[in-house]
Amino acid sequence: MTDTQAEVHEAGRSRETLLEIEGLSKAFGTVRANEDISLRVDRGEIVALLGENGAGKSTLVKQIFGLMTPDAGTITIKGDSSRIKDPKDAIRRGIGMVHQHFQLVPVMTVAENMMLGHESTRSGMLDLDGARDMVRELSARHNLSVDPDAEVEDLPVGTQQRVEILKALSREVDLLILDEPTAVLTPQETDELLGVMKDLAAGGTSIVFITHKLREVLSVADRCYVLRQGKVVGGVDDLSSTTTSDLASMMVGREVVLRVDKAEATPGETVLSIKDLHVRDDRGLPAVDGFDLEVRAGEIVGVAGVEGNGQRELVESLAGMRPPVSGSVHLGSGADAVDITRSNARDTNNAGVGHIPEDREKHGLVGGYSIADNLVLNRFDEAPFAKGFIRDFGAVREYAEGLRTEFDIRSPNVEAPAASLSGGNKQKVVVAREMSARPRLLMAAQPTRGVDVGSIEFVHRRIVEARDAGAAVLLVSAELDEVLSLADRIAVIHGGKVVAEIAGKDADRTEIGRLMAGDSDSH
Amino acid sequence: MEWFLRNKVWATTALLVLVAAYAFYFVNSNIAVSMFSYAWFLAVPLVLGAMVGVIGERSGVVNIGIEGQMLVGAFAAFFAAAATQSVIIGVIAGALSGIAMGAFLAFTTVKGQLDQIIAGVVINIVATGITSFYYESGKTIPRGLPNFDVPLLSKIPLIGPVFFSDGPIALFALVIALVLHVLLFKTRWGLRTRAVGEYPSAADTAGINVVGLRLFNVTVAGTLAGIAGTYLSMEATSTFERDMSAGRGFLALAILIFGAWRPMRALAAALFFGFMSASASQLQASNVVDIPQQFINLLPYVLTLVVLAAAAGRVRAPGAVGQPFVKGD
Amino acid sequence: MADPDRPPAKDTPPDAGGAPATAPAEAPAVPVVAERGAPPPPTGLLGFLVRHQAIVVPILAVVLAFAIGAILIRAQGFNPTYAYQRLFQRSFLTEGGLLATLQKTTPLILVGLAVAIPLKVGLFNIGGQGQLMAGGIGAAWIAHSLRDLPVPVLVIVSVIAGLLFGAMWASIAALLKTTRGVHEVISTIMLNSIAVGLIDWLINGGPLADTSQVFPTTHAVREDARLLPLGVLPWGLPVALILAVLVAWMLKRTTLGFELQTVGRNRFAAGYAGISTTKATIIAMATSGALAGLAGTLELLQIEPYRYQSGIAGSLGFDGITIALLARGNPLGTIPAAILVGAMRAGAPSLQFELGIRPEVVDVLLAITLLMVSLPVIAKWIFRRHTAKQTQLAGSWGA
Repeated sequence: MTDTQAEVHEAGRSRETLLEIEGLSKAFGTVRANEDISLRVDRGEIVALLGENGAGKSTLVKQIFGLMTPDAGTITIKGDSSRIKDPKDAIRRGIGMVHQHFQLVPVMTVAENMMLGHESTRSGMLDLDGARDMVRELSARHNLSVDPDAEVEDLPVGTQQRVEILKALSREVDLLILDEPTAVLTPQETDELLGVMKDLAAGGTSIVFITHKLREVLSVADRCYVLRQGKVVGGVDDLSSTTTSDLASMMVGREVVLRVDKAEATPGETVLSIKDLHVRDDRGLPAVDGFDLEVRAGEIVGVAGVEGNGQRELVESLAGMRPPVSGSVHLGSGADAVDITRSNARDTNNAGVGHIPEDREKHGLVGGYSIADNLVLNRFDEAPFAKGFIRDFGAVREYAEGLRTEFDIRSPNVEAPAASLSGGNKQKVVVAREMSARPRLLMAAQPTRGVDVGSIEFVHRRIVEARDAGAAVLLVSAELDEVLSLADRIAVIHGGKVVAEIAGKDADRTEIGRLMAGDSDSH
Repeated sequence: MEWFLRNKVWATTALLVLVAAYAFYFVNSNIAVSMFSYAWFLAVPLVLGAMVGVIGERSGVVNIGIEGQMLVGAFAAFFAAAATQSVIIGVIAGALSGIAMGAFLAFTTVKGQLDQIIAGVVINIVATGITSFYYESGKTIPRGLPNFDVPLLSKIPLIGPVFFSDGPIALFALVIALVLHVLLFKTRWGLRTRAVGEYPSAADTAGINVVGLRLFNVTVAGTLAGIAGTYLSMEATSTFERDMSAGRGFLALAILIFGAWRPMRALAAALFFGFMSASASQLQASNVVDIPQQFINLLPYVLTLVVLAAAAGRVRAPGAVGQPFVKGD
Repeated sequence: MADPDRPPAKDTPPDAGGAPATAPAEAPAVPVVAERGAPPPPTGLLGFLVRHQAIVVPILAVVLAFAIGAILIRAQGFNPTYAYQRLFQRSFLTEGGLLATLQKTTPLILVGLAVAIPLKVGLFNIGGQGQLMAGGIGAAWIAHSLRDLPVPVLVIVSVIAGLLFGAMWASIAALLKTTRGVHEVISTIMLNSIAVGLIDWLINGGPLADTSQVFPTTHAVREDARLLPLGVLPWGLPVALILAVLVAWMLKRTTLGFELQTVGRNRFAAGYAGISTTKATIIAMATSGALAGLAGTLELLQIEPYRYQSGIAGSLGFDGITIALLARGNPLGTIPAAILVGAMRAGAPSLQFELGIRPEVVDVLLAITLLMVSLPVIAKWIFRRHTAKQTQLAGSWGA
């Protein structure tokens, strides 16, 4: 941090206090999501809320925006400490929020989304022309270009976010809350967004910025608060004297290893070969568009890319959950190669593919089932778990108990419903099921999303162990840092195809970022 | 022009149908008028029922109970009219009973988060139970709702006698489809309703009262179901029979889907259904073919299955339909 | 209905958004909290009620329904206590009445199962009525056209015909669902109406009509092939009871049961585990159709006049919905629920003869019972936040 910024910050101290939170608490059942939180935001400053997943950041800002009601404590905005009843009330008081999950109606146009909630009408009819003009005007003023007549669902994620930001700015906003805004952006888009944030702050708008990316905090925030287990465990008023590892240890309460320890890979024969694969998305549009890749035994190949570039469809197709349009997928090499292009999920699994799905709640687990049943979800009808068509609960329980211990699934017994587990333990159930079959190919899609740091380390270690045991690993992750620290080889995906393959040790963050954005349309 | 470009398929089809209808009219005006009148006569309750569905599903609430709501409407209208010997009171009772049934669905599903399909089925079973328990035979009403000619419009060849020389509810059905189209796509209420049905949390964060709007819409939509029932017992006939809705509430749902959740297309779809039944009757009446009467009666149900099977993959339901909205989750 | 894979609305953010249930890294190995927001299980009487809410709620619903029914009967100028007393004396304490009750109970268990099984797969089968009719007419057709077969063979063949016809009728809905995405609620309702019309044609001057009769009917089942009751016990009752137990066992203990329930609970995870949603849908619907078809067959073979007539199905199919919901989808629960409904149906005529109360009061009572049992509000009153989550049927509407 430069001296000038420090001066700006010093000046900020004397400025008006915009938001003040005192003693805020919020519990869900027995889980204390927020406990006695106090913080302050001044006019025109950027305050980062830093914390790992589940630290209570989102819960905190949802209360500021009137989406949740605090159990105790006060939120004072511009001196007014009356309860914020609902988002409407929050908006009226000058709070705008850009949600982590975009709050845009997909089938409506940008203009319609922008006017939603504060529509202007002419003789009872919606003034759509006015809304279009408003979009153009805002878009010009903040230098964020969007087409007012485009339907939101047709827009790329980065553009959707621009719409979200413009939507927030379309009201009189004193305080803008950004909930993990960079999660879906390329490094370049992220830089662009950080620039916009600085401009807004210079114009007098205060910004509360939620993230778990330390780099971003250091580059844009004036001050930061660190949350852990629902509490403010620290605040940094002078970010210039702070390093990423200081912040990281505050986040998790101990030193974290940002780099995964692993030996040099010793790739063997080819296990997975994908040739010219084409897959369509839910809407029937090409998502994977001529994808080629080989993964060999004993190596981790990371697929890096901005979300929505066909990664999900690629993995689903490889896992047998989404039939491809054309192309081929083979498991094994030479004469032993098995064609799994059109195998269903079960056959693919039987052929030796383990799959840790991106959305474990939706695809990986049956929440109402016990942990034991989830551990045999794709083997429930095989011996010893079933004798003929009758299930053997004893064998299932015994097997599940073994995995519970081996994979450190934290639950008193294996009869508890999977829905009762935390995110990290749910993921351990999935990982245990997929790895216990000793797959030749392990596919891991976003394997640590929404998982606590302890479980992240565990999952990463298991993935490396699988590689060392000779499995081929295909890692698909939107977290570039995860790919960088785990992968022996990185394939950058853009527009549904591989645009570059780079050896893991040669990987350069900026270069990959540029490739992720696509050569032709880097902003 | 811009509208035409956006709705090429529909506009062209409508134009072709219109030309064909008039060609038919010039060949044999009597049969044409009687067939189309009969088609519209059959379509009226379907249009009203489909509008109930449009409002509900556009707000995110499935209404399987249109059938029961109609039945109660028909019952309430007829017996109120019979008891008071006043046609007006009958109509008011029909509409009010619809509001009550709509409110029931609204509060159980939106407030109580009862599964919407179960709630609808409950409405249908309760409606059958109550109307048959309180049913009394031998009651009469002074007269049904009269037909009248709309000035000028009723003079148009074919269209006039078919659409503008009917009873008040038939005319209301025509008007409400148009009005609802405008309301849904051109007004603040419509924009908010669509947002609430597509992506309620987006509407919520925009400061819209999702629960309130759903409650209001589903309740008010019930009125239309009540009026559809009133049509059955007081305009189409002057009597009430047990189970007189006879599946029309379910056909309305199919029409709603076939009509892609849009009022005007649903109107067209209802006319198509009416026309198919009218043609079958006409073919039988003129002894062109010998079809058992039962098969003619079956036609709409079979047509529904065919139409739904064909519509699958072509139309898309509102995103949040069927899902309760839980604030702050 | 367009894309089956469309994700549900994003009302509930995944826990990446910082859902507080995520256990801290260094947390000791404590039992992690049950679903987010769920308080610890209560103890004492409330705890007992919560644990047994699957039984408590339906009983409460029935009690409430009878209380409301009492008000309605009073409003009609009758003494409700006396009416209820007569109703149950008739249904249980007279020999003829008990037989009638058990005769009603038999098909009701079967149609109740026909709704309960698809519920486990996340399907709502409104088509019990049509499937029952299809089974009945199929059995009547075979029983008449193969009437020269030896009696035991004839009965068995007729029953098989009933099972198959019911299964076929239900499979139409299953196929429309799996191949074209037509929601089963609408298709089964349409199939009910179609069954009514087709059968009306068949028995009213059509190919299966017994034209010697003045009313529309099929030929009567051969006298020695009729299943006459053993005292007060109709033949079909033990069969229905065994089937209910069998269904419960199948769902709990077999791999097929696991497949069906996995599809019902999370069809995406089912796909991931290689369980075919299509197969589960067809099996569940066909089995249900067969059970409903059996109900129709038994109505033909064990109830006077041993003919298929237009009123044969009564409201059995719709009572099946009430029964399944009253039993909360539990196959064994359909037994007491069916006895209750059967007793009310069997006792209804006596209300008319002896007291002059219209038998439709039973329809109202059942409707109110259904209303009460399906209102989660009631369970919430008592149990606050301890209510069990129910399958969201309507959720598949748009998909």
